[in-house]
Amino acid sequence: MAAVTRTRGSRWVLRWLVLVVVAIYLLLPLLAMVEFSTRGAGGTRSLDAWRGIGEDDDLVGSIVASVELAALTVVGMLVLLVPTMTWVHLRVPAMRRVVEFICLLPLTIPAIVLVVGVAPIYAWVTYLVGDSALTLTFVYVVLVLPYAYRAIDGGLGAIDIVTLSEAARSLGSSWFQVLVRVIIPNIRGALISASVVSIALVLGEFTIASLLNFDTVQVVINLLGKRNAGIAVAVSVAALLFAFVLLVVVAYLEPRRRDAQEDDTTAVPAPQEARS
Amino acid sequence: MTDMLAPAPARTRPTGSATRRGAGRRLTAYLGVLPFLAFVTVFLLWPTYIVVTGAFQDDLGRFTLSNIQAVVSGPAYLDSFLVSIGLSLVTAVLGAVFGALLAWAVAEGRPDGLLRRCVVAASGVLAQFGGVMLAFAFLATFGFNGFVTLLLADTLGIDPLSGGGWIYGFAGLAVVYTYFQIPLMLIVFLPALEGLKPQWREASDSLGGSGWAYWRHVGGPILAPGFAGAALLLFANAFSAYATAAALISQGSPLVPLQIRSALTSEVVLGQANVGKALALGMVIVVAVVMTLYALLQRRTSKWLR
Repeated sequence: MAAVTRTRGSRWVLRWLVLVVVAIYLLLPLLAMVEFSTRGAGGTRSLDAWRGIGEDDDLVGSIVASVELAALTVVGMLVLLVPTMTWVHLRVPAMRRVVEFICLLPLTIPAIVLVVGVAPIYAWVTYLVGDSALTLTFVYVVLVLPYAYRAIDGGLGAIDIVTLSEAARSLGSSWFQVLVRVIIPNIRGALISASVVSIALVLGEFTIASLLNFDTVQVVINLLGKRNAGIAVAVSVAALLFAFVLLVVVAYLEPRRRDAQEDDTTAVPAPQEARS
Repeated sequence: MTDMLAPAPARTRPTGSATRRGAGRRLTAYLGVLPFLAFVTVFLLWPTYIVVTGAFQDDLGRFTLSNIQAVVSGPAYLDSFLVSIGLSLVTAVLGAVFGALLAWAVAEGRPDGLLRRCVVAASGVLAQFGGVMLAFAFLATFGFNGFVTLLLADTLGIDPLSGGGWIYGFAGLAVVYTYFQIPLMLIVFLPALEGLKPQWREASDSLGGSGWAYWRHVGGPILAPGFAGAALLLFANAFSAYATAAALISQGSPLVPLQIRSALTSEVVLGQANVGKALALGMVIVVAVVMTLYALLQRRTSKWLR
Protein backbone atom coordinates (compact mmCIF):
# COMPACT_ATOMS: atom_id res chain seq x y z
CA MET A 1 0.00 0.00 0.00
CA ALA A 2 2.81 2.36 0.90
CA ALA A 3 4.48 1.63 -2.40
CA VAL A 4 1.32 2.49 -4.28
CA THR A 5 1.01 5.85 -2.52
CA ARG A 6 4.66 6.54 -3.15
CA THR A 7 4.35 5.95 -6.92
CA ARG A 8 1.16 7.97 -6.99
CA GLY A 9 2.94 10.75 -5.12
CA SER A 10 5.90 10.79 -7.49
CA ARG A 11 3.52 10.75 -10.44
CA TRP A 12 1.79 13.81 -9.00
CA VAL A 13 5.11 15.57 -8.56
CA LEU A 14 6.26 14.71 -12.09
CA ARG A 15 2.95 15.80 -13.55
CA TRP A 16 3.04 19.22 -11.93
CA LEU A 17 6.73 19.63 -12.67
CA VAL A 18 6.01 19.09 -16.38
CA LEU A 19 3.03 21.45 -16.31
CA VAL A 20 4.93 24.22 -14.54
CA VAL A 21 8.09 23.98 -16.66
CA VAL A 22 6.20 23.92 -19.97
CA ALA A 23 3.86 26.68 -18.78
CA ILE A 24 6.83 28.91 -17.93
CA TYR A 25 8.38 28.28 -21.35
CA LEU A 26 5.12 28.98 -23.17
CA LEU A 27 3.99 31.95 -21.08
CA LEU A 28 7.30 33.78 -20.60
CA PRO A 29 7.47 35.20 -24.16
CA LEU A 30 3.83 36.29 -23.90
CA LEU A 31 4.48 38.12 -20.63
CA ALA A 32 7.62 39.61 -22.12
CA MET A 33 5.56 40.93 -25.04
CA VAL A 34 3.12 42.62 -22.68
CA GLU A 35 6.01 44.07 -20.69
CA PHE A 36 7.84 45.21 -23.82
CA SER A 37 4.80 46.88 -25.38
CA THR A 38 4.02 48.87 -22.23
CA ARG A 39 7.47 50.38 -21.73
CA GLY A 40 7.57 54.13 -21.36
CA ALA A 41 10.46 56.57 -21.27
CA GLY A 42 12.84 56.22 -18.31
CA GLY A 43 11.54 52.99 -16.82
CA THR A 44 7.90 54.03 -16.62
CA ARG A 45 4.87 52.18 -17.93
CA SER A 46 2.91 53.63 -20.81
CA LEU A 47 0.25 52.56 -23.29
CA ASP A 48 1.62 54.70 -26.13
CA ALA A 49 2.47 51.67 -28.23
CA TRP A 50 -1.09 50.37 -27.88
CA ARG A 51 -2.54 53.76 -28.76
CA GLY A 52 -0.18 53.86 -31.72
CA ILE A 53 -1.97 50.91 -33.35
CA GLY A 54 -4.96 53.03 -34.35
CA GLU A 55 -2.81 55.97 -35.47
CA ASP A 56 -0.65 54.12 -37.95
CA ASP A 57 -2.46 54.37 -41.29
CA ASP A 58 -0.38 51.68 -43.00
CA LEU A 59 -1.15 49.28 -40.19
CA VAL A 60 -4.89 50.01 -40.11
CA GLY A 61 -5.03 49.68 -43.90
CA SER A 62 -3.27 46.34 -43.80
CA ILE A 63 -5.55 45.05 -41.05
CA VAL A 64 -8.57 45.96 -43.17
CA ALA A 65 -6.98 44.29 -46.21
CA SER A 66 -6.22 41.11 -44.26
CA VAL A 67 -9.74 40.89 -42.83
CA GLU A 68 -11.23 41.33 -46.32
CA LEU A 69 -8.81 38.73 -47.59
CA ALA A 70 -9.88 36.30 -44.87
CA ALA A 71 -13.55 36.84 -45.73
CA LEU A 72 -12.94 36.39 -49.47
CA THR A 73 -10.88 33.26 -48.84
CA VAL A 74 -13.67 31.73 -46.74
CA VAL A 75 -16.23 32.50 -49.46
CA GLY A 76 -13.93 31.17 -52.18
CA MET A 77 -13.13 28.03 -50.21
CA LEU A 78 -16.82 27.30 -49.50
CA VAL A 79 -17.92 27.98 -53.08
CA LEU A 80 -15.16 25.79 -54.44
CA LEU A 81 -15.32 22.89 -52.00
CA VAL A 82 -18.90 22.43 -50.80
CA PRO A 83 -20.61 21.91 -54.18
CA THR A 84 -17.68 19.89 -55.54
CA MET A 85 -17.39 17.60 -52.53
CA THR A 86 -21.15 17.09 -52.31
CA TRP A 87 -21.33 16.36 -56.02
CA VAL A 88 -18.44 13.90 -55.79
CA HIS A 89 -20.03 12.14 -52.82
CA LEU A 90 -23.36 11.80 -54.62
CA ARG A 91 -22.62 11.37 -58.30
CA VAL A 92 -18.97 10.56 -59.03
CA PRO A 93 -17.58 8.58 -56.08
CA ALA A 94 -14.81 7.38 -58.42
CA MET A 95 -13.36 10.90 -58.21
CA ARG A 96 -13.24 10.97 -54.41
CA ARG A 97 -9.67 9.73 -54.17
CA VAL A 98 -8.52 12.23 -56.79
CA VAL A 99 -10.17 15.18 -55.05
CA GLU A 100 -8.81 14.06 -51.70
CA PHE A 101 -5.29 13.72 -53.08
CA ILE A 102 -5.41 17.17 -54.66
CA CYS A 103 -6.82 18.78 -51.53
CA LEU A 104 -4.15 17.25 -49.28
CA LEU A 105 -1.35 18.02 -51.73
CA PRO A 106 -0.56 21.47 -50.24
CA LEU A 107 0.54 19.67 -47.06
CA THR A 108 3.62 18.38 -48.88
CA ILE A 109 4.22 21.65 -50.70
CA PRO A 110 5.49 24.24 -48.21
CA ALA A 111 4.27 27.80 -48.77
CA ILE A 112 7.82 28.89 -49.58
CA VAL A 113 7.84 26.34 -52.44
CA LEU A 114 4.36 27.25 -53.64
CA VAL A 115 5.37 30.90 -53.88
CA VAL A 116 8.24 29.98 -56.21
CA GLY A 117 5.83 28.34 -58.62
CA VAL A 118 3.02 30.82 -58.17
CA ALA A 119 5.12 33.96 -58.76
CA PRO A 120 5.08 33.66 -62.57
CA ILE A 121 1.33 32.98 -62.47
CA TYR A 122 0.76 36.08 -60.36
CA ALA A 123 2.41 38.15 -63.07
CA TRP A 124 -0.64 37.15 -65.14
CA VAL A 125 -3.10 37.60 -62.29
CA THR A 126 -1.82 41.14 -61.72
CA TYR A 127 -2.07 41.81 -65.44
CA LEU A 128 -5.63 40.49 -65.72
CA VAL A 129 -7.25 41.39 -62.39
CA GLY A 130 -5.11 44.18 -60.94
CA ASP A 131 -2.48 44.34 -58.24
CA SER A 132 -4.69 44.59 -55.15
CA ALA A 133 -3.67 42.50 -52.14
CA LEU A 134 -7.09 40.86 -52.44
CA THR A 135 -5.84 38.83 -55.43
CA LEU A 136 -4.00 36.73 -52.85
CA THR A 137 -7.41 35.08 -52.33
CA PHE A 138 -6.65 32.62 -55.15
CA VAL A 139 -3.49 31.22 -53.63
CA TYR A 140 -4.89 31.38 -50.08
CA VAL A 141 -7.82 29.18 -51.11
CA VAL A 142 -5.20 26.62 -52.19
CA LEU A 143 -3.37 27.06 -48.89
CA VAL A 144 -6.45 26.30 -46.77
CA LEU A 145 -7.58 23.34 -48.94
CA PRO A 146 -6.21 20.51 -46.72
CA TYR A 147 -7.71 21.83 -43.48
CA ALA A 148 -11.02 22.83 -45.02
CA TYR A 149 -11.24 19.52 -46.89
CA ARG A 150 -10.78 17.48 -43.72
CA ALA A 151 -13.38 19.49 -41.81
CA ILE A 152 -15.98 19.30 -44.59
CA ASP A 153 -15.23 15.65 -45.34
CA GLY A 154 -15.84 14.88 -41.66
CA GLY A 155 -19.17 16.69 -41.86
CA LEU A 156 -20.29 14.93 -45.04
CA GLY A 157 -19.19 11.56 -43.70
CA ALA A 158 -21.29 11.98 -40.57
CA ILE A 159 -24.63 12.30 -42.40
CA ASP A 160 -26.27 10.01 -44.89
CA ILE A 161 -26.27 12.48 -47.74
CA VAL A 162 -27.23 9.91 -50.35
CA THR A 163 -30.54 9.12 -48.61
CA LEU A 164 -31.15 12.76 -47.75
CA SER A 165 -30.55 13.99 -51.27
CA GLU A 166 -32.57 11.15 -52.86
CA ALA A 167 -35.46 12.01 -50.55
CA ALA A 168 -35.20 15.67 -51.54
CA ARG A 169 -34.86 14.83 -55.25
CA SER A 170 -37.85 12.50 -55.19
CA LEU A 171 -39.89 15.29 -53.67
CA GLY A 172 -38.99 17.39 -56.69
CA SER A 173 -36.19 19.66 -55.53
CA SER A 174 -33.39 20.70 -57.84
CA TRP A 175 -29.72 19.95 -57.20
CA PHE A 176 -29.26 23.55 -56.12
CA GLN A 177 -32.06 23.21 -53.58
CA VAL A 178 -30.58 19.94 -52.32
CA LEU A 179 -27.30 21.70 -51.74
CA VAL A 180 -28.63 24.86 -50.11
CA ARG A 181 -31.59 23.49 -48.15
CA VAL A 182 -30.53 19.94 -47.27
CA ILE A 183 -26.75 19.50 -47.34
CA ILE A 184 -25.51 22.85 -46.05
CA PRO A 185 -27.79 23.03 -42.98
CA ASN A 186 -26.68 19.52 -42.05
CA ILE A 187 -22.97 20.22 -42.20
CA ARG A 188 -23.08 23.70 -40.68
CA GLY A 189 -20.71 22.73 -37.86
CA ALA A 190 -18.13 21.42 -40.29
CA LEU A 191 -18.44 24.57 -42.39
CA ILE A 192 -17.85 26.74 -39.31
CA SER A 193 -14.73 24.74 -38.44
CA ALA A 194 -13.43 24.99 -42.00
CA SER A 195 -14.05 28.76 -42.00
CA VAL A 196 -12.34 29.35 -38.66
CA VAL A 197 -9.21 27.44 -39.69
CA SER A 198 -9.16 29.41 -42.93
CA ILE A 199 -9.49 32.76 -41.14
CA ALA A 200 -6.69 31.88 -38.70
CA LEU A 201 -4.45 30.77 -41.55
CA VAL A 202 -5.04 33.86 -43.69
CA LEU A 203 -4.57 36.33 -40.82
CA GLY A 204 -1.27 34.66 -39.90
CA GLU A 205 0.10 34.16 -43.41
CA PHE A 206 3.39 35.91 -44.13
CA THR A 207 5.44 33.85 -46.58
CA ILE A 208 3.45 34.27 -49.78
CA ALA A 209 2.25 37.82 -49.13
CA SER A 210 5.73 39.09 -48.37
CA LEU A 211 7.46 37.41 -51.31
CA LEU A 212 4.74 38.54 -53.76
CA ASN A 213 5.03 42.06 -52.27
CA PHE A 214 1.51 42.52 -50.97
CA ASP A 215 0.89 44.57 -47.81
CA THR A 216 -1.06 42.24 -45.55
CA VAL A 217 -1.07 42.70 -41.79
CA GLN A 218 1.85 40.31 -41.17
CA VAL A 219 4.01 42.00 -43.80
CA VAL A 220 3.32 45.43 -42.33
CA ILE A 221 3.96 44.19 -38.76
CA ASN A 222 7.31 42.85 -39.93
CA LEU A 223 8.28 46.20 -41.46
CA LEU A 224 6.98 48.03 -38.40
CA GLY A 225 9.12 45.85 -36.16
CA LYS A 226 12.22 47.40 -37.64
CA ARG A 227 10.92 50.96 -37.16
CA ASN A 228 8.80 50.87 -34.00
CA ALA A 229 9.10 47.55 -32.20
CA GLY A 230 6.68 48.62 -29.44
CA ILE A 231 3.68 48.94 -31.77
CA ALA A 232 4.60 45.75 -33.63
CA VAL A 233 4.69 43.79 -30.38
CA ALA A 234 1.42 45.37 -29.20
CA VAL A 235 -0.33 44.32 -32.44
CA SER A 236 1.07 40.82 -32.06
CA VAL A 237 -0.39 40.52 -28.56
CA ALA A 238 -3.73 41.82 -29.82
CA ALA A 239 -3.75 39.34 -32.71
CA LEU A 240 -2.93 36.50 -30.36
CA LEU A 241 -5.75 37.41 -27.99
CA PHE A 242 -8.11 37.67 -30.96
CA ALA A 243 -7.14 34.18 -32.16
CA PHE A 244 -7.54 32.76 -28.66
CA VAL A 245 -11.00 34.27 -28.24
CA LEU A 246 -12.00 33.01 -31.69
CA LEU A 247 -10.97 29.45 -30.85
CA VAL A 248 -12.59 29.46 -27.41
CA VAL A 249 -15.85 30.78 -28.86
CA VAL A 250 -15.85 28.03 -31.48
CA ALA A 251 -14.94 25.39 -28.91
CA TYR A 252 -17.93 26.47 -26.82
CA LEU A 253 -20.26 26.69 -29.83
CA GLU A 254 -19.62 23.15 -30.97
CA PRO A 255 -20.62 21.06 -27.93
CA ARG A 256 -23.75 23.11 -27.32
CA ARG A 257 -24.92 22.60 -30.87
CA ARG A 258 -24.28 18.88 -30.50
CA ASP A 259 -26.34 18.66 -27.30
CA ALA A 260 -29.23 20.37 -29.01
CA GLN A 261 -29.23 17.76 -31.74
CA GLU A 262 -28.69 14.76 -29.53
CA ASP A 263 -32.10 13.24 -30.19
CA ASP A 264 -31.84 14.08 -33.87
CA THR A 265 -30.73 11.30 -36.22
CA THR A 266 -28.68 13.75 -38.28
CA ALA A 267 -26.48 14.80 -35.37
CA VAL A 268 -23.13 15.98 -36.67
CA PRO A 269 -20.05 15.17 -34.63
CA ALA A 270 -17.80 18.17 -34.78
CA PRO A 271 -14.52 17.44 -36.51
CA GLN A 272 -11.84 17.91 -33.90
CA GLU A 273 -8.69 17.84 -35.96
CA ALA A 274 -7.64 20.08 -38.82
CA ARG A 275 -6.12 22.69 -36.56
CA SER A 276 -2.63 21.43 -37.09
CA MET B 1 -17.40 3.76 -50.46
CA THR B 2 -18.69 0.48 -51.83
CA ASP B 3 -22.22 0.94 -50.54
CA MET B 4 -22.31 4.29 -52.28
CA LEU B 5 -21.28 2.72 -55.56
CA ALA B 6 -23.93 0.04 -55.26
CA PRO B 7 -27.08 1.94 -56.31
CA ALA B 8 -25.54 3.31 -59.51
CA PRO B 9 -25.68 0.13 -61.69
CA ALA B 10 -29.27 -0.51 -60.67
CA ARG B 11 -30.24 2.86 -62.03
CA THR B 12 -28.58 2.39 -65.42
CA ARG B 13 -29.58 -1.24 -65.97
CA PRO B 14 -32.90 -1.32 -67.91
CA THR B 15 -32.68 -0.89 -71.73
CA GLY B 16 -30.06 -0.05 -74.35
CA SER B 17 -31.04 3.57 -74.82
CA ALA B 18 -31.21 4.04 -71.07
CA THR B 19 -27.67 2.72 -70.82
CA ARG B 20 -26.52 5.22 -73.41
CA ARG B 21 -28.31 7.95 -71.54
CA GLY B 22 -26.65 6.65 -68.36
CA ALA B 23 -23.24 7.00 -69.95
CA GLY B 24 -24.08 10.54 -71.03
CA ARG B 25 -25.29 11.36 -67.55
CA ARG B 26 -22.14 9.96 -66.06
CA LEU B 27 -20.17 12.24 -68.36
CA THR B 28 -22.16 15.28 -67.24
CA ALA B 29 -21.60 14.10 -63.66
CA TYR B 30 -17.85 14.38 -64.26
CA LEU B 31 -18.38 17.87 -65.66
CA GLY B 32 -19.54 18.94 -62.18
CA VAL B 33 -16.00 18.53 -60.90
CA LEU B 34 -14.59 20.64 -63.70
CA PRO B 35 -14.61 24.09 -61.99
CA PHE B 36 -12.69 22.64 -59.04
CA LEU B 37 -10.17 20.91 -61.29
CA ALA B 38 -9.71 24.07 -63.37
CA PHE B 39 -8.99 26.14 -60.25
CA VAL B 40 -6.51 23.74 -58.66
CA THR B 41 -4.83 23.24 -62.02
CA VAL B 42 -4.07 26.94 -62.33
CA PHE B 43 -3.15 27.68 -58.72
CA LEU B 44 -1.75 24.39 -57.39
CA LEU B 45 -0.80 21.87 -60.09
CA TRP B 46 0.66 24.39 -62.54
CA PRO B 47 2.86 26.07 -59.89
CA THR B 48 4.07 22.64 -58.81
CA TYR B 49 4.79 21.81 -62.46
CA ILE B 50 6.71 25.09 -62.84
CA VAL B 51 8.88 24.25 -59.82
CA VAL B 52 9.57 20.68 -60.87
CA THR B 53 10.33 21.41 -64.52
CA GLY B 54 12.02 24.74 -63.79
CA ALA B 55 14.57 22.96 -61.63
CA PHE B 56 15.77 21.21 -64.80
CA GLN B 57 15.73 24.22 -67.12
CA ASP B 58 18.23 26.96 -67.87
CA ASP B 59 17.33 30.63 -68.37
CA LEU B 60 16.11 29.93 -71.90
CA GLY B 61 13.99 26.93 -70.94
CA ARG B 62 16.39 24.28 -72.25
CA PHE B 63 16.98 21.10 -70.30
CA THR B 64 19.95 21.24 -67.94
CA LEU B 65 21.20 19.67 -64.75
CA SER B 66 23.26 22.70 -63.77
CA ASN B 67 20.67 23.95 -61.22
CA ILE B 68 20.67 20.64 -59.42
CA GLN B 69 24.45 20.58 -59.66
CA ALA B 70 24.67 24.08 -58.19
CA VAL B 71 22.55 22.99 -55.21
CA VAL B 72 24.44 19.76 -54.62
CA SER B 73 27.94 21.14 -55.08
CA GLY B 74 27.49 24.73 -53.90
CA PRO B 75 28.63 24.71 -50.25
CA ALA B 76 26.23 27.48 -49.22
CA TYR B 77 23.21 25.61 -50.60
CA LEU B 78 24.24 22.24 -49.25
CA ASP B 79 24.99 23.73 -45.84
CA SER B 80 21.58 25.34 -45.76
CA PHE B 81 20.02 21.93 -46.30
CA LEU B 82 22.13 20.43 -43.52
CA VAL B 83 21.28 23.27 -41.11
CA SER B 84 17.58 23.10 -42.02
CA ILE B 85 17.47 19.35 -41.50
CA GLY B 86 19.48 19.62 -38.27
CA LEU B 87 17.23 22.36 -36.92
CA SER B 88 14.08 20.41 -37.85
CA LEU B 89 15.50 17.28 -36.24
CA VAL B 90 16.45 18.98 -32.97
CA THR B 91 13.16 20.88 -32.64
CA ALA B 92 11.11 17.83 -33.67
CA VAL B 93 12.74 15.73 -30.94
CA LEU B 94 12.49 18.48 -28.29
CA GLY B 95 8.93 19.30 -29.30
CA ALA B 96 7.90 15.65 -29.40
CA VAL B 97 9.38 14.83 -25.97
CA PHE B 98 8.07 17.89 -24.14
CA GLY B 99 4.80 17.88 -26.06
CA ALA B 100 4.23 14.22 -25.19
CA LEU B 101 5.04 14.90 -21.52
CA LEU B 102 2.62 17.82 -21.55
CA ALA B 103 -0.03 15.64 -23.20
CA TRP B 104 0.49 12.99 -20.53
CA ALA B 105 0.24 15.58 -17.74
CA VAL B 106 -2.98 16.89 -19.26
CA ALA B 107 -4.45 13.44 -19.91
CA GLU B 108 -3.90 12.48 -16.24
CA GLY B 109 -6.42 15.15 -15.23
CA ARG B 110 -10.18 15.09 -15.63
CA PRO B 111 -11.26 14.88 -19.30
CA ASP B 112 -13.58 17.87 -19.02
CA GLY B 113 -11.51 19.81 -16.49
CA LEU B 114 -10.65 23.47 -16.81
CA LEU B 115 -6.91 22.75 -17.11
CA ARG B 116 -7.51 20.45 -20.05
CA ARG B 117 -9.80 22.90 -21.86
CA CYS B 118 -7.36 25.77 -21.37
CA VAL B 119 -4.29 23.83 -22.49
CA VAL B 120 -6.02 22.46 -25.59
CA ALA B 121 -7.42 25.86 -26.59
CA ALA B 122 -4.10 27.61 -25.94
CA SER B 123 -2.24 24.95 -27.92
CA GLY B 124 -4.58 25.49 -30.85
CA VAL B 125 -3.56 29.13 -30.90
CA LEU B 126 0.14 28.71 -30.12
CA ALA B 127 0.67 25.96 -32.72
CA GLN B 128 -0.58 28.48 -35.31
CA PHE B 129 1.48 31.21 -33.68
CA GLY B 130 4.37 30.87 -36.04
CA GLY B 131 5.54 33.62 -38.15
CA VAL B 132 6.49 37.16 -37.56
CA MET B 133 4.73 37.56 -34.24
CA LEU B 134 6.64 34.66 -32.70
CA ALA B 135 9.93 36.21 -33.74
CA PHE B 136 8.88 39.44 -32.00
CA ALA B 137 7.82 37.55 -28.91
CA PHE B 138 11.31 36.11 -28.54
CA LEU B 139 13.03 39.37 -29.38
CA ALA B 140 10.95 40.97 -26.63
CA THR B 141 12.10 38.19 -24.29
CA PHE B 142 15.72 37.43 -25.15
CA GLY B 143 16.70 40.15 -27.64
CA PHE B 144 19.12 42.99 -26.93
CA ASN B 145 16.42 44.93 -25.06
CA GLY B 146 14.47 41.84 -24.11
CA PHE B 147 12.69 41.32 -20.82
CA VAL B 148 14.89 38.46 -19.62
CA THR B 149 18.14 39.93 -20.94
CA LEU B 150 17.53 43.20 -19.08
CA LEU B 151 16.25 41.42 -16.00
CA LEU B 152 19.39 39.31 -15.73
CA ALA B 153 21.63 42.31 -16.37
CA ASP B 154 19.80 44.46 -13.79
CA THR B 155 19.35 42.00 -10.97
CA LEU B 156 22.44 39.83 -11.26
CA GLY B 157 24.70 42.27 -13.01
CA ILE B 158 25.74 39.51 -15.34
CA ASP B 159 25.17 38.85 -18.99
CA PRO B 160 25.04 35.08 -19.43
CA LEU B 161 23.13 35.36 -22.70
CA SER B 162 25.86 37.47 -24.34
CA GLY B 163 23.57 40.43 -24.77
CA GLY B 164 20.91 38.58 -26.73
CA GLY B 165 22.99 37.91 -29.84
CA TRP B 166 22.48 34.17 -29.49
CA ILE B 167 18.81 34.47 -30.44
CA TYR B 168 19.87 35.05 -34.07
CA GLY B 169 21.92 31.84 -34.19
CA PHE B 170 21.11 28.14 -34.36
CA ALA B 171 20.35 27.90 -30.63
CA GLY B 172 17.99 30.85 -30.87
CA LEU B 173 16.16 29.36 -33.85
CA ALA B 174 15.90 26.03 -32.03
CA VAL B 175 14.35 27.68 -28.94
CA VAL B 176 11.94 29.70 -31.07
CA TYR B 177 10.89 26.76 -33.28
CA THR B 178 10.37 24.47 -30.28
CA TYR B 179 7.88 27.05 -29.07
CA PHE B 180 5.36 26.14 -31.78
CA GLN B 181 6.36 22.46 -31.89
CA ILE B 182 5.27 21.65 -28.31
CA PRO B 183 1.64 22.81 -28.76
CA LEU B 184 1.43 21.03 -32.12
CA MET B 185 2.66 17.83 -30.50
CA LEU B 186 0.00 18.16 -27.81
CA ILE B 187 -2.75 18.50 -30.43
CA VAL B 188 -1.51 15.55 -32.48
CA PHE B 189 -0.54 13.24 -29.62
CA LEU B 190 -3.32 13.80 -27.07
CA PRO B 191 -5.88 11.70 -29.01
CA ALA B 192 -3.38 8.81 -29.14
CA LEU B 193 -2.82 9.01 -25.37
CA GLU B 194 -6.55 9.03 -24.80
CA GLY B 195 -6.82 5.85 -26.84
CA LEU B 196 -4.99 3.99 -24.04
CA LYS B 197 -7.71 2.13 -22.21
CA PRO B 198 -7.65 2.44 -18.41
CA GLN B 199 -8.32 -1.31 -18.27
CA TRP B 200 -4.84 -2.00 -19.66
CA ARG B 201 -3.30 -0.03 -16.81
CA GLU B 202 -5.52 -1.81 -14.28
CA ALA B 203 -4.59 -5.19 -15.73
CA SER B 204 -0.91 -4.33 -15.50
CA ASP B 205 -1.28 -3.04 -11.92
CA SER B 206 -3.29 -6.05 -10.72
CA LEU B 207 -0.62 -8.39 -12.13
CA GLY B 208 1.90 -6.57 -9.95
CA GLY B 209 3.44 -4.45 -12.71
CA SER B 210 5.07 -1.20 -11.67
CA GLY B 211 4.45 2.10 -13.45
CA TRP B 212 7.69 1.57 -15.35
CA ALA B 213 6.68 -1.97 -16.36
CA TYR B 214 3.39 -0.63 -17.71
CA TRP B 215 5.04 2.00 -19.90
CA ARG B 216 7.83 -0.37 -20.92
CA HIS B 217 5.62 -3.27 -22.00
CA VAL B 218 2.13 -1.88 -22.68
CA GLY B 219 1.79 1.87 -23.08
CA GLY B 220 5.15 2.47 -24.77
CA PRO B 221 4.85 -0.10 -27.56
CA ILE B 222 1.28 0.96 -28.34
CA LEU B 223 2.14 4.64 -28.47
CA ALA B 224 5.51 4.25 -30.24
CA PRO B 225 4.24 4.43 -33.85
CA GLY B 226 1.99 7.36 -32.98
CA PHE B 227 4.85 9.14 -31.25
CA ALA B 228 7.23 8.59 -34.16
CA GLY B 229 4.56 9.69 -36.63
CA ALA B 230 3.88 12.87 -34.68
CA ALA B 231 7.62 13.58 -34.51
CA LEU B 232 7.80 13.26 -38.31
CA LEU B 233 4.93 15.71 -38.65
CA LEU B 234 6.82 18.11 -36.40
CA PHE B 235 9.92 17.66 -38.54
CA ALA B 236 8.00 18.57 -41.70
CA ASN B 237 6.44 21.50 -39.87
CA ALA B 238 9.79 22.95 -38.85
CA PHE B 239 11.39 22.19 -42.19
CA SER B 240 8.67 24.10 -44.08
CA ALA B 241 8.58 27.07 -41.71
CA TYR B 242 9.69 30.34 -43.23
CA ALA B 243 8.12 33.39 -41.60
CA THR B 244 9.75 33.12 -38.16
CA ALA B 245 13.23 32.68 -39.56
CA ALA B 246 12.66 35.43 -42.13
CA ALA B 247 11.55 37.91 -39.48
CA LEU B 248 14.39 36.94 -37.13
CA ILE B 249 17.25 36.76 -39.61
CA SER B 250 17.45 39.56 -42.15
CA GLN B 251 21.08 39.06 -43.13
CA GLY B 252 22.59 35.83 -44.32
CA SER B 253 20.65 32.71 -45.25
CA PRO B 254 21.47 29.75 -43.04
CA LEU B 255 18.23 27.87 -43.90
CA VAL B 256 16.84 26.57 -47.20
CA PRO B 257 13.71 28.78 -47.11
CA LEU B 258 15.95 31.81 -46.59
CA GLN B 259 18.12 30.73 -49.53
CA ILE B 260 14.96 30.58 -51.60
CA ARG B 261 14.07 34.07 -50.40
CA SER B 262 17.38 35.47 -51.57
CA ALA B 263 17.04 33.58 -54.85
CA LEU B 264 13.63 35.20 -55.36
CA THR B 265 14.36 38.73 -54.19
CA SER B 266 17.98 39.44 -54.99
CA GLU B 267 19.35 40.36 -58.36
CA VAL B 268 19.33 37.28 -60.55
CA VAL B 269 22.80 36.03 -61.29
CA LEU B 270 23.11 35.10 -64.95
CA GLY B 271 22.47 31.42 -65.45
CA GLN B 272 21.17 30.99 -61.88
CA ALA B 273 17.57 32.05 -62.40
CA ASN B 274 16.25 28.59 -61.68
CA VAL B 275 18.40 27.62 -58.71
CA GLY B 276 15.53 28.75 -56.47
CA LYS B 277 13.34 26.14 -58.15
CA ALA B 278 15.96 23.45 -57.62
CA LEU B 279 16.10 24.39 -53.92
CA ALA B 280 12.30 24.29 -53.79
CA LEU B 281 12.28 20.87 -55.44
CA GLY B 282 14.75 19.67 -52.81
CA MET B 283 12.39 20.86 -50.08
CA VAL B 284 9.42 19.09 -51.68
CA ILE B 285 11.39 15.85 -51.85
CA VAL B 286 12.39 16.00 -48.17
CA VAL B 287 8.85 16.85 -47.05
CA ALA B 288 7.30 14.21 -49.31
CA VAL B 289 9.56 11.48 -47.90
CA VAL B 290 8.75 12.53 -44.33
CA MET B 291 5.01 12.76 -44.96
CA THR B 292 4.95 9.34 -46.65
CA LEU B 293 6.59 7.79 -43.59
CA TYR B 294 4.07 9.67 -41.47
CA ALA B 295 1.15 8.25 -43.44
CA LEU B 296 2.53 4.71 -43.08
CA LEU B 297 2.98 5.09 -39.32
CA GLN B 298 -0.45 6.67 -39.04
CA ARG B 299 -1.98 3.53 -40.52
CA ARG B 300 -0.18 1.40 -37.94
CA THR B 301 -1.32 3.64 -35.10
CA SER B 302 -4.97 3.51 -36.03
CA LYS B 303 -4.85 -0.29 -35.94
CA TRP B 304 -4.51 -0.24 -32.15
CA LEU B 305 -6.19 2.95 -31.08
CA ARG B 306 -9.80 2.88 -32.08
